[in-house]
Order: sequence, then C-alpha cells, then structure tokens
Amino acid sequence: MAGNDTKGIGKVIFSSSLGTLIEWYDFYIFGMLAKTIAVQFFPEGNETAALLSTLAIFAAGFLVRPFGALVFGRLGDMIGRKSTFLLTLVLMGGSTFLIGLVPGYRAIGIAAPLLVLLLRLIQGLALGGEYGGAATYVAEHAPTNRRGYYTSWIQTTATLGLFVALGVIMAVKSNMSDESFNAEWGGWRYPFWISILLVGVSIYIRLKMSESPMYSKLKKEGKTSVNPLKESFGHKGNFKMVLLALFGAVMGQGVIWYTGQFYAQSFLENTVKIEFMQNREILLWGIGLATPFFLVFGALSDKFGRKWIMLSGMLLGVVFYRPIFNTFLKDTDAKEWMANAQNVEGAGSEFKLVKTDSSFNKDKQAITIAHKKRTLVYKGTSFSEIVADTSMVGSDGSSIIKNGKPVYLDKQLSSPLKWKFIGLVFVMILFVTMAYAPIAAFLVELFPTKIRYTSMSLPYHIGNGVFGGLVPFIATLLSTSFASDPLVGLWYPIGVAALCFVIGAFYLTNKIDKNIND
Amino acid sequence: MNQLKRIMGFLWMIIAPVVVFLLVIGAVKNIGAGTHDINKPVPWVIIIGIFTPIAIGLMIFGYYSLKGEYDRLPESSDEL
Repeated sequence: MAGNDTKGIGKVIFSSSLGTLIEWYDFYIFGMLAKTIAVQFFPEGNETAALLSTLAIFAAGFLVRPFGALVFGRLGDMIGRKSTFLLTLVLMGGSTFLIGLVPGYRAIGIAAPLLVLLLRLIQGLALGGEYGGAATYVAEHAPTNRRGYYTSWIQTTATLGLFVALGVIMAVKSNMSDESFNAEWGGWRYPFWISILLVGVSIYIRLKMSESPMYSKLKKEGKTSVNPLKESFGHKGNFKMVLLALFGAVMGQGVIWYTGQFYAQSFLENTVKIEFMQNREILLWGIGLATPFFLVFGALSDKFGRKWIMLSGMLLGVVFYRPIFNTFLKDTDAKEWMANAQNVEGAGSEFKLVKTDSSFNKDKQAITIAHKKRTLVYKGTSFSEIVADTSMVGSDGSSIIKNGKPVYLDKQLSSPLKWKFIGLVFVMILFVTMAYAPIAAFLVELFPTKIRYTSMSLPYHIGNGVFGGLVPFIATLLSTSFASDPLVGLWYPIGVAALCFVIGAFYLTNKIDKNIND
Repeated sequence: MNQLKRIMGFLWMIIAPVVVFLLVIGAVKNIGAGTHDINKPVPWVIIIGIFTPIAIGLMIFGYYSLKGEYDRLPESSDEL
C-alpha cells in the first residue's frame, strides 16, 4: 500500500490502534489501582510481600519493558509484524484478566503476591513488544506523504488508554461504596475482567488483517534478517542511529509524556490535595480536549518535518513546567486563605471529632491522638481542615497536650478554578502531543525494514519506560534532598528534556525519508 | 556546526559517568534512611543496573560525535 494509496488504511489503523489502546489500558489499571492491590496482595508488615511489591512496580516498567522490546522486536523482524503483535496482545490480555482472578493474600498466602508479580512482569514484557509492532505495521501500510498523520493514530493510544482506564475505574467506583470496591472480590477487579472482552474483540479484528506489505515483500525475496539483534546493535552504522534516536528524541519525549499525563495527576492529588474524583475529572477533560492534537501535529509533521515539532514540545515543557505547577500551588494555597480568615466561610465553626487513636509510648505514657475536622469554603472552593491534637498522660498523672498543625485537603475547586486547572492540564498534554505525535514516523524512517521492529522498540521503551517512568522516583529523591522547594521534582524532567532538545537540535535532521521500503 | 557537534561529544562523554556517580551517591545516602521507595535497596539496584548501560550508551554517543560520525547523517538505509 505504500506510495500514495490509502485504500484499506482505515482498517489497518483501527485494528492496530484498538489493540495498542487496550494494552495501555491493561498496563495502566494496575498502576491506578496500586493502593487497593497492595492491600489485597502485598500486606504491610510482610517483608517478602513488600519486596515483591517493589519488584512489581519497578521491574515491570524499567527492566521488563526494554527486555520485551528486544524479545518481540527480534520476533517481529524474523517471523513478521502481524503474528508478533497478536502474541503481545494475547499475553497482555491474558495476564490482565488473570490478575483479576488471583485470590488475595489472606486466602492463599505468599502465592498471591508471587502470582501477581509474575503476571505484572508478563504485562511489562508484552507492552515492550506491542508499540513497535503497531507503529511499524501502520507505517508500512501508510502512504509516503501521510505517514506522520496515520501513525499519529497509534500515538493517541497511550493517552486514550489512560482515558479509558480512568473512565472505567471512575464508573465502577461511583456505582458502589468504597468498602465494596476495595473488598477482596470487590469492584476493583472489574476493570481487569473487562479487559478480556476488549482483548477478545481486538484479537478477532487483528486476526483478519494481513501482513505488512513491505515485510511480505522482504520475506518473499528472502531478505529478512537472520539476527536482528546483531544487525541492530552490533553494526556501528545502525547502532549510532539507535543512540541518536534515544538521546536526541525519545528520552525527552518520555519525560514530557510522563510529566504531563501522570506527574501532573499525582501532584494535584498529593501536593495540591484536590479531592480524588475532581482530580480525575480535571485530567479526563484535559486529555479529552488535547487528544485530537496528536492527529493535528502528526499531520503537520508530514508538511514541516518531524524534528522541530517534537523539539518544540520539549522546549515548551522546559520553559513552562515550573510556572504551570507553581500556579497549581498558588491558586490553592489554603494557608494564605486562612491568613485572612474573614474571607473564609466556616472559619469560626467548631471542629468535629472524626476519630481517636490510643496507645502507650516507651515511657509508658498513654497517648491519645484526636483527629478533628471542619469544612471551610473560600470563594466557592470547599476544603477540609484537619487537626490531630496529641495528649500524653504519664503514670504519675502529669499530662501534656500538643496541638497539631492544621492540614488542608479534599479541596473541591470552584467551577472557574476547576476550568483554569483543566486549561493548564490541557496545555501540558498539548506539549505531550507535540513531542509524541511524530515519534512513530520519525523512528520508522530511521531504520531499514528488515530490522525496524527491533531497532525502534528498544530506544522507545528506554525513553518512555525508563526515562519517563523514573519521573516520580527522582521527584521523590529531589524532594527529600531539597524539602523547601515543592517544585524541585520538576528539575528532572526539565533537565532531561533540555538535554534532549540540545542533542536533537544539533544532531537530528528535519528531512523526511520518503522511501522506507529499504 | 560539525565542529560544535564534535566538541559537544566530549561533554556527553563526561556527563555519562557523572550521572552514574550521582546515582550511586544517592543510593548510599538514601538506602535505609526512611520508609519511602527511595529508601529501599531494590529500586536502586534496578535503576543503577538499567542506567549504567544507558550511560555507557551516552558515552559511546559522545565518542561517535567526537569522531565525527554524526557530521553527516545517512540518507538511505543502504548507507547504514
């Protein structure tokens, strides 16, 4: 179908994108339900379970994804794109469904976290193989002059997968109590079970597709690679392009992607303290409004080249991340609101006792912590003020009372403020669409058909999984070391994106490779 | 421009070991110092384990730049 023929391209895009979207959905729901999963499978106080939990979080993203890229990339270059990305879909769907069936730790003990870890690792492996296959498959069907546009459909899937995962979890959660949702066989399992239906449909559709025309031609001529790993990373000519792809494009794209879609969400929830459901609503709107721009920037990259669109997304992130995140903090600074208490509705009201915790310390003093709460409103934004007062009574009857510092959380933003935040999240996802939309076409054009799947998969998953996935870890590391600056965690994505921008600006070419059939 | 690319190659070769060194320092400082993920040894082992080959890749990238391998990029796969 190469050349300028677009017949049947819609089917190709639909079958590829649907499967990739479902794989992202499967991968995300585990992360989004991590707290509930931890309670069910990795109970606190059990060191083995804690170790398995850490492995499930870190190994799946950092180790197994790049490994999956190598395993399935090699397969895809040796036996074909279609069979390989069908296999990744089966593995991902199967492991996701099975996670939803594993009994909790209380029922089967240590076997539960072991099984979940194993299935999570299979998920990471499958994800590592999926993207390269789908992007290559679409690109090898796409007409030369619209490769950026057609492959940008694949680029929407990571964001839409997040959108669907958020939507499904919110829909399930809003139809039951927290208790029912978090129970051993509760609602948290439904998103995992739903996956099997989605995967079933996608497998059926993909089975009907034929092999990529470029790969078929190569196979017919007996020119497929015998050892794609050696040819990709053992030959200097190709290896230097793999390095250029990683350090000049994908590394920066990975941190921009992660910061816009995930770090923003966790920052709004854990630092800004926006209420759970409203935080998701803000993200859903931001994603929903920005997603069409993947297609816009994909199409523009066909006209103006890939390089400067990708690099502009990175540069905008570098320049605007700190002002945007600072606005999130300033606009919800409850301490400042309380400094002018006459403007706060309910500032004179009494606290209500929520709960008390009692224990004895090592000096045999009876300790009672009284958690008190009141609800306040500032210019239409409601929030909770929580105070935990501690009283200590010794055996001799002496007592000490310490008044806790107020903590402000569960912020429910007023409508104008909510839309302002949606606008800011939208802008950050717009940066994502710029940096991410042209990347599939860019990578495909960099490597020859016979080793394309292998060569593009590894840098993509190192950039996305490792550099992007490290954002929360490094942010915590920086916040611990420089506690006075709540925005210090942003220096990691800003630094990586800036470095990538410099490398990309100097080393990459903006020229579009018209002939990828080589 | 090519001269600049070559000079920057030297910079990439220096950055790579510095990043690994900073990670090792970070690990030594944080392991066991609290209850967060950054205080557990496993994430550090995984991260340093995966970052070391990436840093070696950056050094090789710098070396290739220094040698002028990126002065002219290939225009077709036949040149790879």
